[in-house]
Amino acid sequence: MTTDTKVRTLSMAQAISEAVAQEMERDQRVFVMGEDVGKYGGIFSATTGLLDKFGPERIMDTPISETGFMGAAIGAAAEGLRPISELMFVDFFGVCFDQIYNHLAKNTYMSGGNTKYPVVITTGIGGGYNDAAQHSQCLYGIFAHVPGLKVVVPSNAYDAKGLMTAAIRDDNPVVFMYHKGIMGLSWMSYFEGSTNAVPLEPYTIPFGEAKVVREGRDLTIVTLSQMVQKAVLAADTLAAEGIDVEIIDLRTLVPLDRESVLRSVAKTGRLLVADEDYLSFGVSGEIAAIVAEHLDSVKLKAPIRRLAVPDVPIPFSRPLEQFAIPQVDGIAAAVRELMQLNLN
Amino acid sequence: MDPTSEQLLWMYEKMVEIREYEETMAKVYLEGKLPPKIQKGLAFDIGAGPVPGEMHLAAGQEPVAVGVCAHLKAEDAVVGAHRPHHFAIAKNVDLNAMTAEMFGKVTGLGRGKGGHMHLFDPAVKFSCSGIVGASAPQACGAALAAKKLGKDWVAIGFFGEGAANQGAFHEALNLASLWKLPVIFVCEDNKYGISVEKQDSTSIESNADRAAGYGMPGVLVETNDAVAVFRAAGDAVARARRGEGPTLIEVKTDRYLGHFQGDPETYRPKGEAQELRTHDPIPALGALLRARDLLDDAGDARLRQAVSARVEAAYAFGRNSPYPEPSEALLHVFAD
Ligand SMILES: Cc1ncc(C[n+]2csc(CCOP(=O)(O)OP(=O)(O)O)c2C)c(N)n1
Ligand SMILES: [Mg+2]
Repeated sequence: MTTDTKVRTLSMAQAISEAVAQEMERDQRVFVMGEDVGKYGGIFSATTGLLDKFGPERIMDTPISETGFMGAAIGAAAEGLRPISELMFVDFFGVCFDQIYNHLAKNTYMSGGNTKYPVVITTGIGGGYNDAAQHSQCLYGIFAHVPGLKVVVPSNAYDAKGLMTAAIRDDNPVVFMYHKGIMGLSWMSYFEGSTNAVPLEPYTIPFGEAKVVREGRDLTIVTLSQMVQKAVLAADTLAAEGIDVEIIDLRTLVPLDRESVLRSVAKTGRLLVADEDYLSFGVSGEIAAIVAEHLDSVKLKAPIRRLAVPDVPIPFSRPLEQFAIPQVDGIAAAVRELMQLNLN
Repeated sequence: MDPTSEQLLWMYEKMVEIREYEETMAKVYLEGKLPPKIQKGLAFDIGAGPVPGEMHLAAGQEPVAVGVCAHLKAEDAVVGAHRPHHFAIAKNVDLNAMTAEMFGKVTGLGRGKGGHMHLFDPAVKFSCSGIVGASAPQACGAALAAKKLGKDWVAIGFFGEGAANQGAFHEALNLASLWKLPVIFVCEDNKYGISVEKQDSTSIESNADRAAGYGMPGVLVETNDAVAVFRAAGDAVARARRGEGPTLIEVKTDRYLGHFQGDPETYRPKGEAQELRTHDPIPALGALLRARDLLDDAGDARLRQAVSARVEAAYAFGRNSPYPEPSEALLHVFAD
């Protein structure tokens, strides 16, 4: 990054749409399609302003036909175009997952590496605003579980821009999952730590590099997406109590930066995974397993703990949703408890 | 088939009730969501207030709900979509429990777990979904059950014109026709799927024409009029009950409010909603009732008073009911 690069404070939504716009200027093959991405600018503002800049040929409002336009993205990518295909809420993957997991994810492999599909799927994830079971899930664990999809889960505007630029330039399918509660929308409360300084110049952040968001001695929180912002607030509270927490923001699930996880846990000896996806068979279990597989080199001082949605659909009612989705207080409480535990 | 006096009055009263319900919700929904009591810099906070989350209201679309449901019994199944209140009210879903659900209260239809897009009232066989296109196949299933059980029940799948571009819609039509199911697909063409106009989403002018591709009658109701919907639905329900199979009906109707509450509606021509309200189907049916001496001013006032009392009571019930215990979040993943 050069020193004369202009830096502004941007919301994550602004950073994403800026990255898309710059890549569309740079590469004529890039285009966007999805529901309400045009006139509306994307329900979560990921494409705000793009229709005016690029016109309806390159910013295409689609019918409500997810199977149709996800499949079309595959076909167009095979012909050399670079589609960005928006699935408004990740919850709607159910109506089009065949195109994604049986084709987009596998075609390169099944062709013995002879085909490529540079598709970016953008999608809104997460709860916290009482949108109930069909509009509040994270589901990145499901996408990461399927071989052949890169999975990006940013926690802030700076990372989002660099990761989006990298996603569009990648020759592989990338699922870019933005949490609604860190987009900095004017109609949904959000964690302000997600709005930060973003250079105007295009830049990329390589996949598979986690970020140490906060260094600490006592305990490692491995986390991602909006939960990073919650962990930071919990860590502030805990610091006042003398507990020094290290926070690892995974940033991408596929590829996954296992080394950063292991390095941090080796240092602190204590691991809490904070995750907004379902508890079982998912990201938190994966992180725990990675540490468990390295117990010869990583010495744990306490058992591993996982905070995640306790295997229930996301309930509507506020007290229920607050209970089901890990909150700042819950993270702090889990850390305190973990600090009391000792393996020997 | 023409509506009887009783059916006309029923449709009128239900439309008044739906409208009052939706307009009340539009106000209640805004409570707690506006500055200054929300996060600084926000214009609106969707997750705040007594009724948080998305809210899709059906003011203007009442004729579709009442014109169809006037033909139904409690045993007939209705599957609605993300904009479900008008169907629910017309299907006699418990108004108190439905309202409490939207307040997230333990007395709600789903003990606060579902919210406004996920209303389930098995007593009157009502359900709905926030996934666009999901209703049509499920209505087929209810109709299939009626057939297997040897009942004369019918099933209705309600959905918007936007949903008619989902694969699920097309699969359901084929299935229904192939199996001669007693199901009626009712498409509400309110011109928009969120911000996208029908002409920009749909390859054909009327979805009713799509019925031909599946070998079933397709009926277009061109006016947002309860009696016109009643007639079309009457034929379709009678046909279904006779075991002659499905029908697809599309109704041109009007969405007076935003796609959801808080929608900036910048995609909509200025004044469009106002203009639509000049063709309000409720006073139109009121005029018809008056012309037939079925209603006078005093009767209308009495009816409106009774409706207001019911709606107010439902909102009070919702507001004053207790929240579920937080740990109830862990219950009901599986049936007992
Ligand atoms: C599978 C799926 N895709 C997209 C959405 C987002 N969405 C909710 S309502 C809606 C528009 C629906 O339009 P229409 O079917 O015409 O119903 P209307 O809202 O006009 O009543 C969209 C795109 C969704 N809920 N489910
Ligand atoms: Mg519509």
